[in-house]
Amino acid sequence: MIDFHLILDKLPAFLGGADGQPLLSTSDGIVMTLELLGASLLLGMLLAVPLALGRVSKNRLLAGSVWFYTYVFRGTPLLVQLFIIYYGLSQFDAVRESWMWQYLQDAWFCAILAFTLNTAAYTTEIIAGQIRTTHWGEIEAARAMGMSKWLMMRRIVIPSALRRALPAYSNEVIMMMQSTAVAGLVTLADITGVARRIYSDTYMAFEPFLIAGAIYLVLTFVFVWLFKQAEQRWLAYLAPRKH
Amino acid sequence: MFLHGYLPSILDGAVLTLKLAAASLAVSVVLGLVGAMFKMAPSKPLRTLAELYSTVVRGVPDLVWMFLLFFGVQMLLNDLAAAMGWAAPDIDPFIAGVLTLGFIFGAYMTETFRGAIMAVPKGQMEAGAAYGMGPLRIFWRITFPQMVRFALPSFTNNWLVLVKSTALVSVIGLNDVMYRADAAKSNTQEPFTVYMLVAVIFLVITSVSNILLGMLERRYSTGLKENGL
Repeated sequence: MIDFHLILDKLPAFLGGADGQPLLSTSDGIVMTLELLGASLLLGMLLAVPLALGRVSKNRLLAGSVWFYTYVFRGTPLLVQLFIIYYGLSQFDAVRESWMWQYLQDAWFCAILAFTLNTAAYTTEIIAGQIRTTHWGEIEAARAMGMSKWLMMRRIVIPSALRRALPAYSNEVIMMMQSTAVAGLVTLADITGVARRIYSDTYMAFEPFLIAGAIYLVLTFVFVWLFKQAEQRWLAYLAPRKH
Repeated sequence: MFLHGYLPSILDGAVLTLKLAAASLAVSVVLGLVGAMFKMAPSKPLRTLAELYSTVVRGVPDLVWMFLLFFGVQMLLNDLAAAMGWAAPDIDPFIAGVLTLGFIFGAYMTETFRGAIMAVPKGQMEAGAAYGMGPLRIFWRITFPQMVRFALPSFTNNWLVLVKSTALVSVIGLNDVMYRADAAKSNTQEPFTVYMLVAVIFLVITSVSNILLGMLERRYSTGLKENGL
């Protein structure tokens, strides 16, 4: 019933190897998924830290605008956000005639842009939540040392909040890894995209999507393990006493 | 004319999306309750089965599940029908979508309900047993009303993710809001307006859900002493 030959035959296509049909490059499959994930997580984190500071700011206008951004991006499907960027922006002549168009007509660039804005919204809320629950003693100690507001933010509040954000952030990373599957719907050959191409080539549905599912499952386990290590390294001081 | 008259079609699609989400939620709650009970069952095979279900389902993207279950099961049924000499059955995309989404989110609900049941003090159930109640009556009269409060935050989150996941079901050919938007996009040449409208529809659904479930959460937390912060 399940064609194991087909599985063995097509497996290299997911791992960046070529199998002749369909034509794929070495950057396809897992590499593409990890590339989209890595780029959007990195850029998303760079956006999220300043945005989280804005979110907890006493300036109502700033805090309100950041809230609006995260609310909109967390309240709508990632697929819709991707379609607005990839298909939607072409509606405007101004966009099509500008220098940005060479990037905005590229599915790879649009996917990273959409994923970045999406994960930044969730990450902002995670970090802002942890900044709000920073222990008052840490702040008092920083003030007692005569730290200025920004020095305290940089040396005490942000590092402490980022550490405590690890468990929630690990969920976000795994959710994001799985969300990158929608890239396969805008012509990209990530893990799901490769599976779809094999499906449209062979009309076999089980095998390609079984491989894809198994790869995602393994990646999920790897990320769970990695974050466990990270928590032991950076959150050991919060773990329950062992003796 | 706004969107060349495609607005009613998209709104119709939105209604179908809501129906799909509600029906999937019902399936996922049933699977979640069964999964949670299996996870806490005394029998080892049942616990392993539930553990396997919740781990494997949550480790694979919903889009991949949809392709796998929709195309794969369709193919299995075709093979089966061919072997039996019957005509190939057609799976209704709505039912396929409900079962697929229900199956996926049942795994998330399993974790939600397991955590919530465990948060209810054991003495409550023991007191029920001491009054001579059977296990089912204990569940409905004692465990369930108390676990709702613990389950609601995570339940709300699952529901919001479920609503957003319905956007993917158009890949299996359901006439939902995304499918209608695709048709409107091709015919009006206004892709931005179309998808912004879809985004607003989803934002309205998630906002209303947040308000209603927030009210429910307050309702189920009555009588709870707050910490005064």
